[in-house]
Amino acid sequence: MDITLDLIVFTVLALFITVSAVLAVTTKRILRAATYLLFVLFGTAGIYFQLNYSFLGAVQLLVYAGGITVLYVFSILLTSSEGDQAEKLKKGKLAAGLTATVVSLGLCLFIMLKHKYLPSQFEHGELSVRTIGHALMSGDKFGFVLPFEAISILLLACIVGGIMIARKR
Amino acid sequence: MFDFGIWTSWIHTQLTSLMPEGLAIFLECVAVGICLLLLYVVIAIIMIYMERKVCAAFQCRLGPMRVGPWGSIQVICDVFKMLTKEIITIRHSDKFLYNLAPYLVILASVLAFACIPVSRGLEILDFNVGVMFFMAASSIGVVGILLAGWSSNNKFSLIGAMRSGAQMISYELSIGISILTVIVLTDTMQFSEIVMRQADGWFIFKGHIPAVIAFIIYLIAGNAEVNRGPFDLPEAESELTAGYHTEYSGMHFGLFYVAEFVNLFIVSSIAATIFLGGWMPLHIPGLDGFNAVMDAIPGFIWFFAKAFFVVWLLMWIKWTFPRLRIDQILTLEWKYLVPIGLANLLLMVIVVVFKLHF
Repeated sequence: MDITLDLIVFTVLALFITVSAVLAVTTKRILRAATYLLFVLFGTAGIYFQLNYSFLGAVQLLVYAGGITVLYVFSILLTSSEGDQAEKLKKGKLAAGLTATVVSLGLCLFIMLKHKYLPSQFEHGELSVRTIGHALMSGDKFGFVLPFEAISILLLACIVGGIMIARKR
Repeated sequence: MFDFGIWTSWIHTQLTSLMPEGLAIFLECVAVGICLLLLYVVIAIIMIYMERKVCAAFQCRLGPMRVGPWGSIQVICDVFKMLTKEIITIRHSDKFLYNLAPYLVILASVLAFACIPVSRGLEILDFNVGVMFFMAASSIGVVGILLAGWSSNNKFSLIGAMRSGAQMISYELSIGISILTVIVLTDTMQFSEIVMRQADGWFIFKGHIPAVIAFIIYLIAGNAEVNRGPFDLPEAESELTAGYHTEYSGMHFGLFYVAEFVNLFIVSSIAATIFLGGWMPLHIPGLDGFNAVMDAIPGFIWFFAKAFFVVWLLMWIKWTFPRLRIDQILTLEWKYLVPIGLANLLLMVIVVVFKLHF
């Protein structure tokens, strides 16, 4: 197996994601956990960009890194005070968590190794945003207009609910 | 128009003839990164000098005059002063996040900076979804500011960070809507394509009324997004000392300072790119002689002239209007700019559908 630039970039990104993910769950301070989560999201976006799926990478940065993480940080700032540390884990909880992690890791590995992916190497060249837009808004076969609209209704309900909670005296 | 793509592809072929392609691409990435950071620093120095001179002019002063002709070396001396300052550490604070925060802000700023098309063939990040990537990159900066405010272990910093976060998240919406208005007109999100479509007239002329409204909304929201002008209350010195960067010293403060000025430049250059044609010269359809004369001026001069013109507009606003209160800022955004922006988006759709644009 020869070492290509793609492989090196992927290895660096994968290591970065793994280390940040482990740190995010092992750190005792909640804001640090949020920051490591941000790093994980950056790494995932990097992998999307490497796969030439720049649309999903940009969405990842915009929605998760720029939106969800900011929301997390905001709510942490509003609710917890400096010096708050996570309480020590009990043995039973630790065992349950570890078991769940190992089982889901095994499941993911099983599916990924069993499934035959169509392209076996990196494909260069970007997917045009026009294709994605047509796929999102079309009602034909392989069109995603129904889930798209269902999610928009869900988001609208969330917005209305947020306003209702915020207005409550 | 001269195409810098000739140079870059020549360099690429020369490099690939010498070494394997992967190594060549890696070396090119390093070279581009160094050039990008150098340009970033140069722009920052020019912006700080310009800010001091424009501010002085609006206050009937001279500004820096002693160091170098018209004080032109003053900012470079200030940079060296900043570099040699001590970086203090805060007790009872999260050291890791405290040291990380300025770099997150700089990262967001550099990523957004890399999207700007300076001249033909001189784009660095030119994705199919360039506009969306630009907005995504610039939205990361909020995290850095929030972390800075939190990890300083200081009430004023925290209030400043909260204000800044609320303000930046809100105004991102208006920026998005006003950029979207132009995208409706262009039907592309790639920056190089957006510039190419303005060869027969800039979008502010082609899109007439909705484009002008979008331009004004963009200028207001962009000014608020970079925490400047009448919207600089995250660092309102009379109430919050210096806001989120109160506790930072030396180069850590310098990074915030530089990022703020370059962010102003980025906002202006994006305005110049999507409304005023970027590096595209002023073309009037039908006047071929005039167009040929305009083409003789290189693209990057057009680009920098337009970008610094918008910067000058924003500085004019900053030194003219008094600071707003936080509730006034949020009211302005949510009750006025967003509804106007949405209605304007609809107007632009009508204009495009019925082909009322030029």
